[in-house]
Amino acid sequence: MPATTVTARADHGDSPVRSAGGAPAKGRRRSGPLARIPVPLWLLLPAALVLIPLFGYPLYQLGLLSVLKFGQPQASGGVPTEFVGLSNYTDVLGDSQFWSVLGQTLAFAAFCVVATLVVGAVCAVLLTRVGKWPRLLLMFGALGAWAAPAMTGSTVWMFLLDTNSGLVNEILGTQGHNWMYDKWSAFAMVAVVVVWHSFPFVMITLYAGIQAIPDSILEAARLDGAGTATIFRRIMLPMLRPLLVIVVIQSIIWDFKVFTQIYVMTGGGGIAGQNLVLNVYAYQKAFVAENYSLGAAIGVLMTLILLAVTAVYIRSLRRSGEEL
Amino acid sequence: MKRDSRVLRQGANVVAIVLALLTVFPLYWMVLSALKPKGEITSAHPRPWTFAPTLDNFRNALGVSGFGRYFLNSLAVAVVVVVVSAAIAFLAAVALSRFKFRFRTTILIMFLVAQMVPVEALTIPLFFLVRDIGTVAPGFGLSSLGALMLVNLAFSLPFAVWMLRGFVAAVPESLEEAARIDGASRFTILWRILFPLVAPGLAATSVFSFITAWNDFVFAKTLILDTDHQTLPAALMVFFKPDENDWGGIMAASTLMTVPVLIFFVLVQRHMVSGLGGAVKD
Repeated sequence: MPATTVTARADHGDSPVRSAGGAPAKGRRRSGPLARIPVPLWLLLPAALVLIPLFGYPLYQLGLLSVLKFGQPQASGGVPTEFVGLSNYTDVLGDSQFWSVLGQTLAFAAFCVVATLVVGAVCAVLLTRVGKWPRLLLMFGALGAWAAPAMTGSTVWMFLLDTNSGLVNEILGTQGHNWMYDKWSAFAMVAVVVVWHSFPFVMITLYAGIQAIPDSILEAARLDGAGTATIFRRIMLPMLRPLLVIVVIQSIIWDFKVFTQIYVMTGGGGIAGQNLVLNVYAYQKAFVAENYSLGAAIGVLMTLILLAVTAVYIRSLRRSGEEL
Repeated sequence: MKRDSRVLRQGANVVAIVLALLTVFPLYWMVLSALKPKGEITSAHPRPWTFAPTLDNFRNALGVSGFGRYFLNSLAVAVVVVVVSAAIAFLAAVALSRFKFRFRTTILIMFLVAQMVPVEALTIPLFFLVRDIGTVAPGFGLSSLGALMLVNLAFSLPFAVWMLRGFVAAVPESLEEAARIDGASRFTILWRILFPLVAPGLAATSVFSFITAWNDFVFAKTLILDTDHQTLPAALMVFFKPDENDWGGIMAASTLMTVPVLIFFVLVQRHMVSGLGGAVKD
């Protein structure tokens, strides 16, 4: 508990905020063991009843599966499970396919993050510079792309890019070209869909952030003779920093975990698995190759990578002064 | 100088309009293609208009392919998830923003971390968990809507709690204090004072829960093994055939799936933006 919180809260004096460990300041004290359970724990109980069995337990099971030998024979109960230690992990890490999938996952995610941020930021700045109607139009369009489910976004773009009856081939005059055949072309097309889905979040968040900067500050800077570039670099950028951090990390987490678009658009990972990303790779290893423990090991590795990103996120949230 | 800035502004307007049209075009194309007659869809020269709109594709999707059923399944799962998750998240958010207790920060960080976990990897243990639950309670086993409701509830809760916490914290504590001095019970304060004040935030949070449940593809694909209990996203895959995709049907089904989310989004869009804007003012 940060010290600042305590003092800020203490100013309220007799506020409902009080240490649950200590006795309630006043009021109806009931007897019996139930009354000893602090109020906030009662309020958290329903959430715990859902999350512990359906989130915590599967997470533990994921870790457990990753150190077992668990394939189809074990899943159907015919063969007892067997503890194999870290051998699933050595299998995964010794497989050259894992490293190439990891590499292309990182490259794909990095490309999507950068493209989403650039498009989103440019649109956010644009929104502050245009008239009312263009602004509403762009907001409306972005909202539509944001709301569109990953599944339908994928199907629509697949139709647009279709080899024989797609609009893109018609416009470019490249009838018969299959955009999903080449590995990098397929990745690029999926990236277009991912960016289309996720730039609105960046745009609307940053636009709201820019709007929240008080005009008086910008005016004062202008009176002091600051140019547009200086105002942007010295005032807007530092003020938007906390928001930028949130947007960047959220994008990293989302784009690292892209599943539906890859799975649907490339038909489960592309020709000969050329378009696999870690998420789809783990899923295919488990449910198609029926090697559940290997899939679980990949899942654990992925979770560890994302936890590292999250740790950075939490640190920067705290540094930006958000009260946890 | 002045003319320059006017030209710049006009240019910016044009760019914004072009970007808006590009962004919205895929959605337009989806609805348009759903309304096109069969011949125009398979044409090698697609046109961005149609003079013979027809509901054949919708009729086909809803009737022949049973999308009406999948639509209702999706709706049932999403509505249950929204209502239950709103209630649970509200209580948890109050606990986390109105009380101080040991492990509060730890619990908060756990809610944050939970949002980062790759849920697709968790389908592996969840598949076996749901299979085992099914032997005791078939209503929540494999191929049951109950299982989808539970799983989607669990995976929409962390974000809902995290988001709702901000809305609860924004309500001035003095209101509750006044009510308490007037002798209101804890339950009354929660239900009659805090709940109505947090309602807009609850609406915004509900949209995200709705979308999580409505868009879920991987759980439905993994946990639902029969066609009767399938939901929309996974059922959409039925239209994909190796030889020739029925694009008219796919677009009609996609439209049916997108429209409810669009309506929800437009309804609460204001709350979302104002909620986010608050983050910078701290």
